[in-house]
This record gives sequence, C-alpha cells and structure tokens, in this order.
Amino acid sequence: MRRPRWFGVVLAVSLAIALTFLTVPVVGIFVGSSPADLISSLGERGSLDALWLSLRTTTISIAIILIVGTPAAYLLASRSFRGKALVVTLIELPLVLPPAVAGIALLAAVGPAGILGGAVEAAGIELSLTTAGVVVALTFVSSPFYVRQAMAAFAAVDRSLLDASRTLGASEARGFLRVMIPVALPGLASGMALALGRALGEFGATLMFAGSFQGVTQTVPLAIYDRFSTDFDSALALSAVLVALSAAILLAVKFVHGGAALGGWQAE
Amino acid sequence: MLGACAAIAAGCGSDDGGGGGSASTRLVVSAAASMKEALTACAPQFDKADDASVKLSFAGSDELAAQIRQGAKVDVYAAANTKLPDQLHTDGRIDTPVKFATNELVLAVRGDSRIDSIDDLTKSGTKLVIGSASVPIGSYTRETLAKLPPDQKKAILANARSNEPDVKGIVGKLAQGAADAGFVYVTDVNATKGKVKAIKLPKQLEPQVTYGAGVVSKAAQPGLAKKFVDGLTQGDCADALRKAGFGPVP
Repeated sequence: MRRPRWFGVVLAVSLAIALTFLTVPVVGIFVGSSPADLISSLGERGSLDALWLSLRTTTISIAIILIVGTPAAYLLASRSFRGKALVVTLIELPLVLPPAVAGIALLAAVGPAGILGGAVEAAGIELSLTTAGVVVALTFVSSPFYVRQAMAAFAAVDRSLLDASRTLGASEARGFLRVMIPVALPGLASGMALALGRALGEFGATLMFAGSFQGVTQTVPLAIYDRFSTDFDSALALSAVLVALSAAILLAVKFVHGGAALGGWQAE
Repeated sequence: MLGACAAIAAGCGSDDGGGGGSASTRLVVSAAASMKEALTACAPQFDKADDASVKLSFAGSDELAAQIRQGAKVDVYAAANTKLPDQLHTDGRIDTPVKFATNELVLAVRGDSRIDSIDDLTKSGTKLVIGSASVPIGSYTRETLAKLPPDQKKAILANARSNEPDVKGIVGKLAQGAADAGFVYVTDVNATKGKVKAIKLPKQLEPQVTYGAGVVSKAAQPGLAKKFVDGLTQGDCADALRKAGFGPVP
C-alpha cells in the first residue's frame, strides 16, 4: 500500500492553504496594533469596563455550565433510555444555531414579551438589557460545547473502574465524584475550554438579547464592534487581547491534557 | 476559494469589471439601516431598468463608512446624515455627495404604552434604548437631548439601557418589549405596521435630519453608481423613500 507521491503533495498544499488562511487575519491584528497603542487604548475606561464585564459574565456562565452540565452529561453517558437520541440532539442544537437565531429565540422565550416572560418577571428577575441577560446568552450558546465533550469524556471512561468502586461499597454518587470526574478530567477540561472560547467571543445573541451598554452589557466583542467605526486602533487592541486570551486557554488545556487536548472529537 | 469573503460583507467579490456576457452588472450599495424597507422595495425596478444586480448592504452609517475606509469594494454610499459622506469626501473616498432625503427624529413607544411625551422619560425605571454616539441616530438623539435643561437630560440618559449600533436594534427591542421607549426615525415606526407608535418631538427639539449619498471614488461601476444616486432624488427609489415617509430635500 504505497501512497503515490502526488497525494502527498495535495496533502501538503492543502495544509499550507489552510494554515495561511487561518493565521494571516490573526497576524493582521498584531501588525496593525503597536504594543504602545495596545496598552494605551486598554487603559481607556470603556475598554477596561468591557474586559472586566467579559471576565465576570464568562466566569459565572462557565460555573453554571460546569455545575449543571457535568451531572447532566454523566447521566447521558451512563444510562440509556427511550428518546435519548432526541434529548442529545436538542441539547446540541444551539451548537449549530446562528447567534442571531439564539438572540431571537431568547427574546421569544424569556424576553418581556416571550412565552416565559411573565413568569420571569413575576419571579422578580430582569434579563433583557441586564448583565444577567448577558450570562443567559453566553450560557445558552456555549453550554452545548461543554456537555457534548463531557459526555464523550464520561463515555470513554472504563466502566470497570466505576464497577470496582461500587464493589468496594462506594455509592454511585461517590463513584461519580471520586472516580469518574478525576478520570474524565482532561476531557472535561477541553470541553470547558471550548465553551469558554465560545462564551468570550459571543456577539450576536448578546447584542440582540442584552443590548450594548458600557459596564452593563457591552462585552469585549460588542466593544470591538462599537469602536470599529470610530476608533479602529482601539478595536484592534481589544481584538489582540481576545486573541491572546483565547490562545492562552488553548495552550493551558493542551498543557493539562499532555498535548492531545481538543482532539477529543476523534475516537481514541 | 475557501469562501474567502472578508468579514466586510459588502466587499465580497464585486470585481467583475462589468461588460461581457449576458450577466447583469453588479452594483454594491451600502445604505443606512433606516432605508432598508424603501431601498429593498425599489432595487428590483432599478435592476430591471438598467440590467443591473443591486447588492444592498444595510448597517449603521458609521460602520459602513468604516468599511469603505478599510477598502471595501462598494459603489454607492448612502448615509443617514451629511456629516459622514462629507468626511469621506474630504478624505477622497467618495465623490461630491448629494442630499437626497430628510427624515424626522421621534420618540417611539409600543402601541399600548403610557408614555406620551419626552417628559415621561425622566421617570426612574423607564427603559430607554438609544443609538450609540457614533451612529447618526445616536448623534441626532444626543443633539436633541442637549437642548433640554441639564437636569432633565441627565435623568433621561440615566435611563438609557442600551447604545445600539444601528436603528433596527432600537426598534427591535421596542417591538419585543425589552425597552419602553427609544429615539428612532419616523420611517422606522412606519415600517413596524402599528407595533410601535411615534410621539412627535416639540418643534424646538427636532434635529435637522438630512440624508446624503455619494459615488465611491474607487467604484467598479461609476456610471451605474451615479445613476443609482440620481435615482434617490428622482425615480423609483425616490418614490419608495417618499412612500416610507422620507421627506424631499427642501
């Protein structure tokens, strides 16, 4: 089974095209912004507010995703029941929804005129045009990234480990906490990284559902869009920060995972 | 290849230099979001009359201007003010702009709202949505608010909950009940077909809202672009603008 030489060339050229296409825009951000510009425009009030808001909302939303998503993913990975395929599909749906659709969907569901709008209001919760609304938008668009990956991670754990812990008298809850989570941790971490990246970059659903107000709902991507027309340099600077943050997330997970992280889509 | 359209949607492959074959000539028009209904309605007639294929791109006028500055391949720029076209002209990006329509800034509220004047906006808890300072609707709004007593202006701005990048974002949030009131153009209210109602501003508070357009200096189709711009003051597109509620330039 010798591979013909031309095939190797096709592979190499494809990789070169993909690499160029994917890296040149990112390089453009850094060529366009000098480190001095970057630092000075980040010192600006609006940019700091946006960074701080993105940090807060993303952290809260990831915390919610981990707390609710981990047991949910474990259930889906460890049990079979009627309609499971449907449940999994419904959970994964926001993965492929355009952000604008997510924004409209959230308005139609929990917006003031939405189907659950009255209940939300009766509970004294205000979502649209509030920081809480940003968290809802981020959680909606990014949780499927985590749940999907966590399911795969749990499913890949050798069942005999859990069975062994049960034989030794541990409850399922204890086995879940002490065996399943530690063993699946690298997979859970890469799922979290994917969700974190998606949440940090969220734009459309946030703008439609939560609006754009400095310090309240204007996250970094919204601040970039707001500056695009008036202050391209500071838009570049904020973009550079997002690139750096995203790269840091990716590297951190690769490090934790010993290089194989984010490769979890493929069967191992 | 690789669907390599830049993020700037208006810049996507409009480089077929015209002529040749039976394919109609592509004309890229970047227009203020407030003209969406009117220009979408008249573009097919322009296509038919001139064997053209008009590609409309709607966004906040400032975003569109920024795209043109970044080199987006656009033939016509039509803005919701005259300031942005004038600036682009000064910078050599577009030919001498023309004024082609007027509009009216109004206070917009939902049909069942109890708000009936600008004075009601100072009540705390009123959710107001306005345009961001860089987009024309936002600067007209700030121009109007600046004419109010400072205390009233401050109280109203304290109720602002979102600075939207274009006027459609304001109308959408009103129609969805996410906001109680917003400053928009009267034409946007007309386009909601009754969901949102307009409250006229007192004469002395009304800003002068004039729309300006120009042929982009590097237009691939300067002749056709000129024809489109002329059509904004006379012809099908001018009629569509009047029908949507835009006024003629005095």
